[in-house]
Amino acid sequence: MTDPAADAVSRRPNRLLGVLKGIALIRESTVGMIGMGLVGFWVVMAILAPVLAPYDQLAQFASATYAKPLTAAPDGGTFWLGADPLGRDILSRILYGAQRVMIYAPLATLCAYAVGIAMGLAAGYKRGWIDDVLSRISDIILSFPILVLYVVIIFRFGASGVNIVLAVTFASGPGIMRIVRGLVLDLRNRDYVAAAQTRGESAWYIMFVEILPNARGPLIVDACLRLGYTIITIGVLGFLGLGLPPPHADWGGMINEARGMALYAPHMTLFPCIAICSLVLGFNLLADGLREISLKD
Amino acid sequence: MVRNAAALANQPPVLEIDDLNISYFTRAGEIPAVIDFSLLVRKGEAVGLVGESGCGKSTVANAIMRYLGNNGRIVGGTVKFKGRDMAALNREELRQLRGSEIAMVYQEPMAALNPSLTMAEQLTEVPLYHEANCTPAEARDRAMEMLALVRLPDPERVMGAYPHQISGGQQQRVVIAMALLSNPSLLLLDEPTTALDVTVEAGIVELIAELSERFGTSMLYISHNLGLIMETCDRVCVMYSGEAHEEGDIRALFENPRHPYTRGLFGCIATPGMDKNARPLTPIRGQLPLPHERPDGCNFGPRCDFFQEETCGHGLIAMQTVNPATGHRARCMRWKEIDWSAHEVAAETREPLSPGEVVLQADEMQKYYPVYDRSIAAMISGRSVRYVKANEVLSFVARKQQTVAIVGESGCGKSTFAKVLMGLETATDGRLVFNNADVSRLPVQRRSPKQLGSLQMVFQNPNDTLNPSMTIGQQIARVIRKFRVESNPDRVHERVMRLLDLVKLPRDFARRRPRQLSGGQKQRIGIARAFAGNPAMVVADEPVSALDVSVQAAVTGLLMDIQREYGTTLLFISHDLGVVRYLADRVVVMYLGQIMEQGATDEVFSPPYHPYTEALLSAVPIADPHVDKKRIILEGQLPSVLNPPSGCPFHTRCHRKVGRVCEEAAPPVVEAAAGHTILCHIPMHELRAVDPVIKTAAE
Repeated sequence: MTDPAADAVSRRPNRLLGVLKGIALIRESTVGMIGMGLVGFWVVMAILAPVLAPYDQLAQFASATYAKPLTAAPDGGTFWLGADPLGRDILSRILYGAQRVMIYAPLATLCAYAVGIAMGLAAGYKRGWIDDVLSRISDIILSFPILVLYVVIIFRFGASGVNIVLAVTFASGPGIMRIVRGLVLDLRNRDYVAAAQTRGESAWYIMFVEILPNARGPLIVDACLRLGYTIITIGVLGFLGLGLPPPHADWGGMINEARGMALYAPHMTLFPCIAICSLVLGFNLLADGLREISLKD
Repeated sequence: MVRNAAALANQPPVLEIDDLNISYFTRAGEIPAVIDFSLLVRKGEAVGLVGESGCGKSTVANAIMRYLGNNGRIVGGTVKFKGRDMAALNREELRQLRGSEIAMVYQEPMAALNPSLTMAEQLTEVPLYHEANCTPAEARDRAMEMLALVRLPDPERVMGAYPHQISGGQQQRVVIAMALLSNPSLLLLDEPTTALDVTVEAGIVELIAELSERFGTSMLYISHNLGLIMETCDRVCVMYSGEAHEEGDIRALFENPRHPYTRGLFGCIATPGMDKNARPLTPIRGQLPLPHERPDGCNFGPRCDFFQEETCGHGLIAMQTVNPATGHRARCMRWKEIDWSAHEVAAETREPLSPGEVVLQADEMQKYYPVYDRSIAAMISGRSVRYVKANEVLSFVARKQQTVAIVGESGCGKSTFAKVLMGLETATDGRLVFNNADVSRLPVQRRSPKQLGSLQMVFQNPNDTLNPSMTIGQQIARVIRKFRVESNPDRVHERVMRLLDLVKLPRDFARRRPRQLSGGQKQRIGIARAFAGNPAMVVADEPVSALDVSVQAAVTGLLMDIQREYGTTLLFISHDLGVVRYLADRVVVMYLGQIMEQGATDEVFSPPYHPYTEALLSAVPIADPHVDKKRIILEGQLPSVLNPPSGCPFHTRCHRKVGRVCEEAAPPVVEAAAGHTILCHIPMHELRAVDPVIKTAAE
């Protein structure tokens, strides 16, 4: 034993190792590996966009509007995936678009989780009137058609990244709260929670240290699924013109801009669609894989 | 059960299991679950299969039904049912066999019944499915008849009921009725009474014995409880770590067990002759080997006192015949050599502790839970609030170094009392004086760290008692800091290590997580945590009931050792009267929130008794063939605490009811001896004249 005192009391090295081991477990699920591969691919693309993209996402070539894939660009390069109605390289725009998706989707999901977990813990652990009030609020929000809700929020507050995060938080927070509340209702009856209560721990400590870490399994799976939905949501908002403001590349927006020409130049809508599809699929498969390995053993 | 063994021996076999080997195939590879297992069940015979968790007894039952799941497979040997090899049957033949020729009763009746169908629908399904020309009316008649046979009151009402509308005991009776409806040749009972209260269990056990007599059904009774097996079976097979280690005629085996493991098991069970000071339990050292870490040679070798490397340490140990007349066989190479009489006196005797000053005094403490009825009728009548009288005037005293047990069936209010004492609930009325301060209305948030530390709890479920996401060290350290015992990290660590030493666990367990520990080890950590703040009193809520028998003795022993060392008062909440008799100094018997009897353990466990104590005592199965026990089966249901019976709460089920007075007047508190009180209308001289429930035959 080198320094037993530090070893027994500190928790960080164990935690990190545990997380890495957990990620390594995904190898046992083929579906999970495919999902991980797809997600990993887009993460790398987003990070390396400035290096990989042949053009700036805003660079326009007036002579190359609607260029087909694999045609030569006016400057001597190649439009691997063609060009859009303004003559911008679609490949570059998809790569830069990945950056935005990879920033806003996790951010929005994270915010939704922060709100959902806080509400769910309070409702599930405290019960009583707090539960009544929070549950009724979430019922009201959940009873709204989700798209209408987004449109109302974005129209009211304007289209911007922050507002997308707010809208997603507002709309999916209640759903997350339901899940957390259900998990907490089960976990709060465990003896280790009673043990914490009998040694006079505060409600905060019990909720965040005794209960929340033990609810993480289902929540991680749900977070992966929800990330997928959020990507669709950002795509839909972009398509409706409510997403991230132009001219910066946005997958949903790209589909919208090329919508009118879908029959004449299908590649302009096809490639952003494939991008959204593969990333959402990746997260869903990852969630399936995580669920699969959590059920084993 | 005493039946003519010779007559049974001539009956044709119903089930023949030969050299059965079953393995599960998992991530880690092939894990043998059952090894070299042979068993014969004759017509009309009841065979017990007894062993600790993970010994493979349920796997055997599932293999008979060929229900091994996706990853289980029979890798050798045969299972023959009435001469037909089960492995040769196809799906359709199996389906016909299951439920009609072989029926099974499971542990959880609530899980065995479909909650969305009435009893009538579930019961009539059996004959309708298995018999080609059975009409619905006929099926219904037979179902009704069977419900009457399993002695359910008012079969008509039960037929129309959904599972949640009847009690657990009634559910299990319905499940048994369902199993018997097709008149099976073989009935598999997998821990059929483990989820039930003792008095209900006694009723079910009697019913099973009676039915097997009546229908001549062969039974395979699986249980971890040796006492239950003795009361229900003709023959018994003791399993350990996937192998049968001893089998034979029930009396022959119980009177003279030859295998060290079976001997060890008997040494772990608190029978009436045991006493914590004079004749303490002798735990089996070590723990069950994991299925993939079994030793070479005898599986029990590492825990056995008679292990000899050259004879026991190699290869597969075969079953040895001890006595062909009683079918007594043991899987032990040395059964002839071991001289048990010389080994008997291993346990040390100790001085009894003398009780000190009063630590806890409950003084007419009451706890009512309001129940709000929001119906319009209730609002009009003005009776919208009713009360669940969970604790009704509890008065008793616990002293320093004393062990006080609270016994009673589920719903008697013993856990509510623990909650009030721990400050998770506040009392409605009365006082609860702990260390000279009234804590009855002092919620846990308002108690000082010293008060919190001096009153701690050991919980029931070992799998639930520790936070799975934190290491053992972190959890104990947190308690030490919380109670302000130590704050310096080095000192905290030092104390964690000392607490691990105290509960006899290796120090490196501090870095482990709960899932890496066995049930007994987790419970030890639970004890270490409770003793972190030098408590004056520890409340133990069924601390060993979820543990395996061989581990139970070790954990109870540990608890008593620590109590002796710290001079702690132990409040032991339990339904297991065997354990209570063994370790308690004083016993408080509760029924429907009231104390029916209290006194020193010896006084409570011998006449005069309260009739309820008498019934409880007779309901506990005792694994000792020398003990003669009177059978008292309580009729009727446990009444609801929302609407307790008037007068004496026990009068609805009492077998000694005097008459109208029991229904009308609350029973007087009668003092049978100094400190021994009984609440009963029966005159004391009559109670004194009652025959003792348990008589030990002169050896």
